[in-house]
Amino acid sequence: MADTAIEPMAARTTRAVSVTVNGEAHAAEVEPRLLLVHFLRQTLGLTGTHSGCDTTHCGACTVLLDGVPVKSCTVLAVQADGREIMTVEGLQQGAELHPIQVAFREEHGLQCGFCTPGMMLTSVALLQENPDPTDEEIRWALSGNICRCTGYQNIVKAVHHAAAAQANEGGS
Amino acid sequence: MYPARFEYFAPTTLEEACELLDRFDGEAKVLAGGQSLIPLMKLRFAAPQALVDLNTVAGLDTLAEENGGLHIGALVRHKTCERSELLGARFGTLGAAAPQISDPIVRNLGTVCGSLAHADPQGDWGSVMLAVGADLEARSSAGTRTIPIEELFQGPFTTSLQENEVITGLRVRDPGPKAAGTYLKLERKVGDYATVGAAIHVSFDNGTVGRAGIALTGVGPANLKATAAEDALAGRELDDDAIVEAARLAAEAAEPQDDVRGSAEYKRSVARVFVERGLRAAAEGRSDG
Repeated sequence: MADTAIEPMAARTTRAVSVTVNGEAHAAEVEPRLLLVHFLRQTLGLTGTHSGCDTTHCGACTVLLDGVPVKSCTVLAVQADGREIMTVEGLQQGAELHPIQVAFREEHGLQCGFCTPGMMLTSVALLQENPDPTDEEIRWALSGNICRCTGYQNIVKAVHHAAAAQANEGGS
Repeated sequence: MYPARFEYFAPTTLEEACELLDRFDGEAKVLAGGQSLIPLMKLRFAAPQALVDLNTVAGLDTLAEENGGLHIGALVRHKTCERSELLGARFGTLGAAAPQISDPIVRNLGTVCGSLAHADPQGDWGSVMLAVGADLEARSSAGTRTIPIEELFQGPFTTSLQENEVITGLRVRDPGPKAAGTYLKLERKVGDYATVGAAIHVSFDNGTVGRAGIALTGVGPANLKATAAEDALAGRELDDDAIVEAARLAAEAAEPQDDVRGSAEYKRSVARVFVERGLRAAAEGRSDG
């Protein structure tokens, strides 16, 4: 609704969209041209998903769509109808940070923090598939996410940290 | 950035999709992975009146061996190709290319057939398909037809696909029992276009080259099939002399231009080196296989 005032008065068609975001069901009427990133940020107020380059390069807007990382600036909100989305807000469970959040804090895997939501969600998907990745595999998996602070060393360390934490948790 | 306004349709059958394409008479675009189309629409280089989303049509995501070749459905993602064991050995060119398409997140959504329909002259799959040989299946309300990959690209972002046609899949031709290939790509960073790419495919026939496929990316107004180099290899043993000559011919066929990624001379040189390397890899594939 936030951008309604600046839109011209042309007739518009909207579509009903029902999505589950971070486990919570949402329904909205949206214009087909509404991008998923704007749906999350403006319609649902989930501003943890960042809009960076807006041209499918930087990966700051990465969210998990049915568990798979996608660049939400390059997906239409209507395409998410009936599907599950996880944003950075969905990582923390109650008062407990997700292991990837703990790891990014412990290893100083962020400087300005702008790329962090995308980095963490891509990492979560990686660890789901590959619980003990090598440096090379981490760098490969994160190669669609850009950190303009160039803090890659610590990001890679953080992913290793989370992998180890999850392995301990699974073993205990 | 927002795309211009459009109507969105999510048909559940191909009949319905084709009807929609007819109804909008050239003003609708087909949406598959959207990783090229949506950016184009955001930049307003494309402003279709309607999008016809194929993702709600069942049965288009098959990647399977078929009559010695491969069937790749319209919704097969780059990631599926990257992970598929089918794309090794005889289909090594495809297997080598898949993980080099754009970046890992884009590969989760982008499709092989969508890339071909988009016909970016810098696209990697175009060269791969020109090298290995493939036929697209195009469907409209009038019926289906086959478009050989050699007849698809008409120029930058221009194909022989009609406005009311949708690609439903493609068939990679049977490369024969003994074949090998690879895709080499020089890129400044992950997700950038190729400075130069080279798709190499060789089908062997009794120890000699039965058919060679060589195609180049980033060095012409479209993906470029190096036919003189291919012809020079046919029937020959894939030895040093043959490889060096083919690489020279392929580099001569390249039409590179100076740009931010490098000088024309540099790109031509990379093309020669890549074709040489690719053919050597294929030759080793033969001894392994």
